[in-house]
Amino acid sequence: MSYQDVMNRKQEIMRRALKLDYEQFEYPGIGFDYEKMMASAGFTLDDVINIQKENNIGGTPLIELKRLSAYARKWAKPGFGARIFLKDEAQNLSGSFKARRAAMSIYQAKRLGYQGVIAATSGNYGAAVAALAARAGLKCIIVQECYDSNGVGQPEIIEKARACQAYGAEVVQLSVGPELFYQFLLLLEETGYFNASLYSPYGVMGIETLGYEIAQDVMKMTGKYPEAVICTNAGGGNLTGTARGLIKAGAKDTKIIAASVDLTGLHMASDKDFNLKSFTTGHTGFGIPFSTFPDRSDVPRSAARPLRYMDMYGLVNQGSVFFITEALAILEGMERGPAGNTSLALAFSLAQTMKDSDIIVVQETEYTGAGKHMNAQVSFASDRGIKLELGNPLLEKPGQNLIFPSSGAMLKHKEVPMETLKMSYLKHYQNQLLFDSDYQYLSEELKTSIENIKTWMEAINETKK
Amino acid sequence: MIDPMTYVEIYRMILPPEERSSNLPIETKRVPFEMRLRGQLLKEASIGDMVEIVTASKRIERGILVSVNPFFSHNFGHYVPMMTTIRNIIIKETEDLS
Repeated sequence: MSYQDVMNRKQEIMRRALKLDYEQFEYPGIGFDYEKMMASAGFTLDDVINIQKENNIGGTPLIELKRLSAYARKWAKPGFGARIFLKDEAQNLSGSFKARRAAMSIYQAKRLGYQGVIAATSGNYGAAVAALAARAGLKCIIVQECYDSNGVGQPEIIEKARACQAYGAEVVQLSVGPELFYQFLLLLEETGYFNASLYSPYGVMGIETLGYEIAQDVMKMTGKYPEAVICTNAGGGNLTGTARGLIKAGAKDTKIIAASVDLTGLHMASDKDFNLKSFTTGHTGFGIPFSTFPDRSDVPRSAARPLRYMDMYGLVNQGSVFFITEALAILEGMERGPAGNTSLALAFSLAQTMKDSDIIVVQETEYTGAGKHMNAQVSFASDRGIKLELGNPLLEKPGQNLIFPSSGAMLKHKEVPMETLKMSYLKHYQNQLLFDSDYQYLSEELKTSIENIKTWMEAINETKK
Repeated sequence: MIDPMTYVEIYRMILPPEERSSNLPIETKRVPFEMRLRGQLLKEASIGDMVEIVTASKRIERGILVSVNPFFSHNFGHYVPMMTTIRNIIIKETEDLS
């Protein structure tokens, strides 16, 4: 079966694998009814909470990182240095917040009568789907991008394969390339299983409870809602769901901040670059394209639409995330996986720009173990010729070196201007005739005024000429 | 010969370079798209044979038999002096914190 044949049947395969008719949400023009799609499964927030509770998911501790906050405050002006809180999501079933998402996908798969589920993921979501499928008595196949053409596997992804197998799943391990999607479609077609997509409404509504818990926990502990919540951003579902949960709890003024590891310069489909990176998710290679074009995902309309909620996008380098992972262990007694600490590294830098009475919440941690451990990743990088240096982390060149901050004072972030992201999103509609309803949709998609959209579209179309 | 129902790993080329997606970096485009999969061998065979296995989800898959009793050997990596360096920086800079 040729690549193109299978890709041409994509819509039909997808429809059978989700039993969700996306056509019903489409507007005339470019938009669709996002809220109608999110509500279509008929789950309330309480339903989600109950389904997760039954599966030993959610209600994770929120911990004030007093020593880490004090360390950050040391480098801030007097009166500055926010209090950093951490939601210890590693304590969920399967060791990450991804269990919240998997719980809803699996619940829906079971409800619709599927015999099994398939998910395309190299990350924690695979272990989560496998664990939840095991609990539901469903078959499970996880499709991973795992090896380069020399057969060298990324240690973090190998560990995820092991975890999936521990929960009884079949793990299909593929070499580098977007044709993963082709193999994924073939498997859906062959088995008739449910597509446990990260981007379906179920995959995103499962995270709303995380935002909801954060709002309630912080209110209980401090008498107010947090000033900011930082979400590690890749596919966008984490940020989207968390923001929706915060809003549902009433925390409408809390700033929603995205954090990604800066992997600028590495190509995500490159066989050579694949094993030169120390982070396989939560990085700019996913975070930027999925923010600026959410419908690139494995469903017709992605439920993960981060620009609807995002107030700021901060980047940290790989060396800084390893540094903060070490700090979390030796200052707070919490040994956690490095990828989950991306937003913590940003919090450390960002806290210094906020008042010392402000509260900043880092909304996840993940489990650590062989392969997905700081030392495993750094030693793997050094074996592949990546130079390990001490200095200014903002000078790191992904694929060439890892620069660790020579002091906590040196751990700083970069910012991607929101306008750049929004313009990049709008470029997909270059030279298209847009009507009032399209502008209304775009203003919701990008959390800005119709006037701004019109100005930006004019600028985009002007540049083209 | 390897006995039926032995736990094995198979390899299969899914797409040769010329059938891969058109929009790929050159280093990816010139190598095949490959799969590795573990399961139990259906019929007696030797390494290098084209075989069938039954997977954990009870599917039958075909591929070249590449390893017998495959296991995971990923670990915590070797000692990296830089890890001690950053640890010492953090300890030194936080000595004065309560």
